Amino acid sequence: MKQVMIDVSRCLGCKSCELACAVVHSESKSLIGSVFEKKKPKKRVCVETGDKITFPLQCRHCEDARCIDACMSGAMFRDAETQTVQVNPDRCVGCWMCVMVCPFGAISQQREENTVIKCDRCVNEDVPACVQACPTKAIKFIEIDAFSRDKRNQYLINFRFAEEGK
Amino acid sequence: MKFDDITIDLASQQMLVKAEQEGIETVWDRLKAQQPQCGFGLLGICCRNCNMGPCRIDPFGDGPEKGVCGAAADTIVARNLLRAIAAGAAAHSDHGRDIVNTLYAAAKGDTADYTIKDEAKLKALANEFGIAAAGRGNNEIALDLATAILEEFGSTKGKLQFINRVPEKRRQLWEKLDILPRGIDREIVECLHRTHIGVDNDYINLVLHGLRTSLGDGWGGSHIATEISDVLFGVPKPVRGSSNLGVLKEDHVNIILHGHEPTLSDMIVYAARDEQILAEAAKLGAKGINVCGICCTGNEILMRHGVPVAGNFLQQELAIITGAVEAMIVDVQCIMPALTQVAGCYHTRIISTSPKAKFPGAEHIPFDEHKAMETAKKIVLTAVENFKNRRPEKVNIPDEKMAYMAGFSVEAILEALGGSLNPLLDAVKSGAIKGIAAVVGCNNPKYKHDYGHITFVRELIKNDILVVGTGCAMIACAKQGLLLPEAAREAGDGLRAVCESLGVPPVLHMGSCVDISRILTVAAAMANALGVDISDLPLAGAAPEWMSEKAVSIGAYVVSSGIYTILGTVPPVLGSPNVVQLLTQGAEDVVGAVFAVETDPVAAAGLALQHIQKKRTALGL
Repeated sequence: MKQVMIDVSRCLGCKSCELACAVVHSESKSLIGSVFEKKKPKKRVCVETGDKITFPLQCRHCEDARCIDACMSGAMFRDAETQTVQVNPDRCVGCWMCVMVCPFGAISQQREENTVIKCDRCVNEDVPACVQACPTKAIKFIEIDAFSRDKRNQYLINFRFAEEGK
Repeated sequence: MKFDDITIDLASQQMLVKAEQEGIETVWDRLKAQQPQCGFGLLGICCRNCNMGPCRIDPFGDGPEKGVCGAAADTIVARNLLRAIAAGAAAHSDHGRDIVNTLYAAAKGDTADYTIKDEAKLKALANEFGIAAAGRGNNEIALDLATAILEEFGSTKGKLQFINRVPEKRRQLWEKLDILPRGIDREIVECLHRTHIGVDNDYINLVLHGLRTSLGDGWGGSHIATEISDVLFGVPKPVRGSSNLGVLKEDHVNIILHGHEPTLSDMIVYAARDEQILAEAAKLGAKGINVCGICCTGNEILMRHGVPVAGNFLQQELAIITGAVEAMIVDVQCIMPALTQVAGCYHTRIISTSPKAKFPGAEHIPFDEHKAMETAKKIVLTAVENFKNRRPEKVNIPDEKMAYMAGFSVEAILEALGGSLNPLLDAVKSGAIKGIAAVVGCNNPKYKHDYGHITFVRELIKNDILVVGTGCAMIACAKQGLLLPEAAREAGDGLRAVCESLGVPPVLHMGSCVDISRILTVAAAMANALGVDISDLPLAGAAPEWMSEKAVSIGAYVVSSGIYTILGTVPPVLGSPNVVQLLTQGAEDVVGAVFAVETDPVAAAGLALQHIQKKRTALGL
């Protein structure tokens, strides 16, 4: 199954993923339309800057999801079909336990409703919006094995260059 | 047909198929590769004006609402808009300056190849500028006129001369708003000053200066470019020619002039008639030399010589892909850097001529107005010599070719009307012509090529709106036969009768993009004749497929002049609801006109008709 994977070396911090994420979750699903919407659409991915790296962070849809365990109302659940972690806003009581246990800070607050909001992996799209929007292909939608194979290939190239003193 | 989703032009569709077969990348491929384009850029909310940045504002209020300096979306959007206007006004006005420099050199006798072609126009302009003409030679008058006009760029008079063509009411309005342009260059420089970090941060103040700068273009730089070109190269008169890629000839040396200024291109038209060079072409097996135009250089020479026009902005690469172009000679503006890469796949030579515009991979033959004919002949000869390198197996010229009638300068329109504007005003008053719409501007690959222009124009003439226009919009109309008197059949009964009685098309081609000044002159004269302001007239403007910064300046001066203007592609200002409100609503109470944005050309025509009807009602028509 494909996962959203990040190539940290390619992220320029342009925040195009943030905009695209908000737009795909808007009423009109268009940038220009969403600017004029009363209720501004909210992004589910955050480009954060650490020590010399920028990184688009979103829900990792963990296999062993602490947020699901921590949710007392059953709002946070694993979708059987897509195996993604999803929120049912109708059941969310705004206790923020999931926010506290998420190691990535990938869950935030939907202020008006006082419920949580997080990446839904764009399950209705073929490719998540953040992946489509990334101009440098830092965000990929890829099988884990394919991602690690690419990494191995890259390692070998770097290894050869190091051997050749380049 | 394949590619009918990106262009309505059959010749272009055919060349896109050829491009695909031959693996040639075009502007549409590059647009695709650029997807998705940056949302911050599209909304106008990124700022790179200082090195504390780059900064961007979160349009959804979820992230930063201010840049590092504290500028919010309103300031950033307005500053970016101002810089676009400055660049557009600079391009038009610097073009104007070059033409005046040529007049100055000609008047001083420094360049034998340029002479005063239109004495009547020279004297009329001298009169306008208060320069004595009686008993003086043309060169003497021209020298004074050129000096006076060069003064307009950094004017110390505090006001531009051509502003006097504007109705009194409007001039007073500009004075009251403090947006009378004081000097062409001065306003452009001030744009850059104001948008520097920490200067003008008030979006209304910024936009108002944008209007002032644009007026320095419309009623300054562009006016100068038009009027002095008429003096040097002749006032256009109705002329016929042909358009689209089918104008290229398989058995001729094909030269395409592309860019914007008439100075060199006019000379090349003559150089290509040189007997020695023609003999050279014959020796290589060519039946002749076929000089064609693209973009506004094309418009300049078609207006004055009826030179065939090979296409508009989005056809510049496609012309080379025919494999039949020996040389594309370029000067300034709207020339894609990609041309040299496309030309590299054929025998075509790209020859750059302006010291201001060099292209990696092109041959540079610097144009010097002091040796104009010599340079022109050298360039034409270079093209002729390249005929032998043509690869017949790569040649495929589309059949599409359409006749046009163009050359409608203000003088030509007056002549067609029998010497005065009255017949036109009477037709407007009677309702035979409901109003006049100016359709101008570029192509933009984000938009189906020519579709916006043609659909919009057809809707208008059907509803008895006389269309005037310039630039790539008019080349689009030429290709569809809308610039022929016979096109009056597509017009409503009222407009059709007027066109048929005068023998003119329902769409009047008035020239290159700087020649929008001709449209302004007509609008001002109409208002003066009726004793009203321009904003009272049943007029509308539109740029259905615009893309360049020049178009931003044009839109701004047309609106500031009191004409409602519809844009067919969305400008990068939506990141600031306040700036949007000002441009689309607030401006009505300031300059008596607003912008509208409508990407559907049928709906856009509806907006124009509605506006024109509103103005007619207010005038009691």
